Amino acid sequence: MISKFYKFHGGLHLDDHKAESLTQGLQQAGLPEQLFLPSKQHIGDTNKPLVNVGDRVLRGQLIAGSSSPISAPIHAPTSGTINAISAYPVPHPSGQSDTCIVIDVDGRDEAVAVETSLTDDLPPSELIKRIRSAGIVGLGGAAFPTSPKHSRGNDLGIKTLIINGAECEPYITCDDMLMQSYAGDLIRGIGYLQRILGPEQTLIGIEDNKPDAIKSIRAALDSIKLENTQVLAIPTIYPSGGEKQLVRILTGKEVPKGKLAFDIGLFCQNVATCVAIARALDQNQPLISRIITISGDGVRRPGNWEARLGTPIRYLIELAGGYSNADSNARHLVMGGPMMGFSLTSDAVPLVKATNNILVMQRQTIPQAPGYHDECIRCARCAEVCPAQLLPQQLYWQARAKNYDRSEEYHLFDCIECGCCSTVCPSQIPLVQYFRAAKSEIRAHKQTQFKSDRARVRFEFREKRLLLKKQQDEERKRLKHEALKKKNPKVAGDKNTIDPVQAALERVKARKQDQPVEAKNTTNLTPEQLKKIEEADARRRAAREQHP
Amino acid sequence: MTSVLVSSPYVGPSKSLRHLMINVLVALIPGTLAYFWFFGLGVLINIVIAIIFALIFEALVLRLRHKPIKPHLADFSAIVSAWLFALCLPMHSPWWLVVIGMGFTMIAGKHVYGGLGFNPFNPAMVGYVALLISFPKEMTTWYLPGTFSAESLGLADSIAYALELADIRQWDALSSATPLDQYKTGLQQNLLAIDIRQSPVFGSIAGVGWDWIAGGWLIGGIWLLVTRTINWHIPTAVLTGLGVSAVIFYLISPESVASPVFHLFAGSIIIGAFFIATDPVTAATTNMGRIYYGLMIGILVYIIRNWGGYPDGVAFAVLLANMCVPLIDYYTQPRIYGDHE
Repeated sequence: MISKFYKFHGGLHLDDHKAESLTQGLQQAGLPEQLFLPSKQHIGDTNKPLVNVGDRVLRGQLIAGSSSPISAPIHAPTSGTINAISAYPVPHPSGQSDTCIVIDVDGRDEAVAVETSLTDDLPPSELIKRIRSAGIVGLGGAAFPTSPKHSRGNDLGIKTLIINGAECEPYITCDDMLMQSYAGDLIRGIGYLQRILGPEQTLIGIEDNKPDAIKSIRAALDSIKLENTQVLAIPTIYPSGGEKQLVRILTGKEVPKGKLAFDIGLFCQNVATCVAIARALDQNQPLISRIITISGDGVRRPGNWEARLGTPIRYLIELAGGYSNADSNARHLVMGGPMMGFSLTSDAVPLVKATNNILVMQRQTIPQAPGYHDECIRCARCAEVCPAQLLPQQLYWQARAKNYDRSEEYHLFDCIECGCCSTVCPSQIPLVQYFRAAKSEIRAHKQTQFKSDRARVRFEFREKRLLLKKQQDEERKRLKHEALKKKNPKVAGDKNTIDPVQAALERVKARKQDQPVEAKNTTNLTPEQLKKIEEADARRRAAREQHP
Repeated sequence: MTSVLVSSPYVGPSKSLRHLMINVLVALIPGTLAYFWFFGLGVLINIVIAIIFALIFEALVLRLRHKPIKPHLADFSAIVSAWLFALCLPMHSPWWLVVIGMGFTMIAGKHVYGGLGFNPFNPAMVGYVALLISFPKEMTTWYLPGTFSAESLGLADSIAYALELADIRQWDALSSATPLDQYKTGLQQNLLAIDIRQSPVFGSIAGVGWDWIAGGWLIGGIWLLVTRTINWHIPTAVLTGLGVSAVIFYLISPESVASPVFHLFAGSIIIGAFFIATDPVTAATTNMGRIYYGLMIGILVYIIRNWGGYPDGVAFAVLLANMCVPLIDYYTQPRIYGDHE
């Protein structure tokens, strides 16, 4: 057993606020009257709804999907009727709406018939296919489709499989609760991952502030034996659950700049994703529910619920005893944790695959009021805590000056937006907000740059093509001219002095002089015919004289 | 329901800017008390006048710049600058000297560059150097420690001297060079270091009273380190830079230079290392850069003390090092995560 861990630079010891939501144990959220399922709940390409308004759907039925490999299909979380397919508010930092499939829940919770076949003999590619069709995405918060990651990992060869149960953000306890409640599923899920990836060792990293989870997983590992698999209680320090930080803690390696973990033979997977994989492969059950923490001083009874995807957040907050303050202006809703989450403008948004936590804060506990902040005094506390080892105060100057080239020189895109710098800033500068804004501006700028570059390339190519065509035409003309000159030197003189039109006219004129024109239809006629023509002409003349 | 869109994180800072400034002010108390003990009420009067005018100048300039006045005054940074500046002055300086210096500090040192956070030079040192160049006589009139203890010179008299209602020059007989001055003059007259030390101004370490004051700064400095208001890099590097230079030259010719221990306690090196060089706005920001920056200050202080025109060199050394900060910061950027070059 490894007892010493590697350290990553910086990080913070935060008040974890985890006890509040762990008092009640895992509860079932039940079925709300309506479910709102955004047709896209992952990072990647958009899904298309595959049902129509009025259709009856059963639990586990495919209702939205895409042929793109970077996508994850959506399944009906329960039985009911499709009420609408249109734009509704979704949980997104922009506060925008997106296409949602609305299901009127009938309460019967009927499932589609599934054949549960044994998976023992299936090759990795078949397992990956099933994981894909179950709609599984990374449940740690990023929601990247899981199957393409597995395929790539399978191709590259994995030495170390890292299972991420760190859950380092304050307030969030859904993974803790999951590890306590579904340790068996988790271990079976890890078993499947080992079959897919064939790692030499598997490390399950859990922060040491979750002793119950560690205990139940060790117990499960005793009953389901996995080879070279260890549970490691890592020191509690934010952001140990960041993929790059966890890699550093457990292996001492660093994911090289601009590369991904599997490029150095590592593969990270969140614990909740492992449970979803186990259920997809054991029971052929698609991803239709997840565990969510409702916490913060803004709700009466914080806790964890296993809820169907699409459940409105408002419904879950009611389960948590409702808001502790009736005044809607006195509270603040955050999806995700307090360090990296984002504000929600409404509690009507649904639970999606990526929702691990809803934090309800009293307005007076939010430290950052937008607007005035002190100036940067260059104290460099931000650099001391930055787990990416960046210089946030330098980045701030560059971002504020919209000096984007320099921002990139200072490695803006290596910022993981963990929020440590903003948290320690004595001048309370919302540093991460500046960095997010700068990143999106640079991305937008690059997009425009890319488009204008492409337009320029196209234009230049067109110009070149036209020029080439002109040259070819001229060349062809010249060759033709030369050929003509050889054949008929008299006609083709110097093309600069003789107008070709004039020459042609002259040629016609010359020919006319040589051969006087004759009516060709009278040349080869018999004497009788000529006589008849003569007579006819005489009759016409006579007729004209009589009737002038 | 409505909700303000605030970007994460939603966890508040553990230390506010004002909190840091208050820490510095608290850390200044032991040294200031020692100063007061040996040099009398004049020290406190300087501080009070400096703070009052610092706030007045700050408010005035903020008003001219159409900036919010209250939050800036409430960050206490002007008070820290004023206090540090006042500690550089000789006791019983005339009031106008303090006011002119404060004007330089707040306007030329701070606001012409854009206020707190934008000034490349330490404002208190800008004010001090401006006075040192403009008013050399007033700025170098020091009295023997103990001349004006609080018992011998009351509050009324001290205020009278500050406001020039009474003439301080009646005490001229008691005016004295500081220990660093004594060394400088003595060495220029080709006296041996050991003979210079016979003068009564030298106590056991770095001058009667002066070593106690330095001890006060050291206590405050250590408290700043303990409360993590400052990092160890700069003070350690400043003292190392000076100490190593002093040791080298002491080993070469002990008769012509002062001892390393004297150098480390004399003049304003301790307050300079812990309070002035550590001003975050004007110091280097990377840990490696802070070490270079501190070493540079320490070595420059030694050079100025021995071969420069002024007896002590902390102010000049800090300003010169301030100039190099952008360069130091640029070339000492740390390796980022995952960068193996």
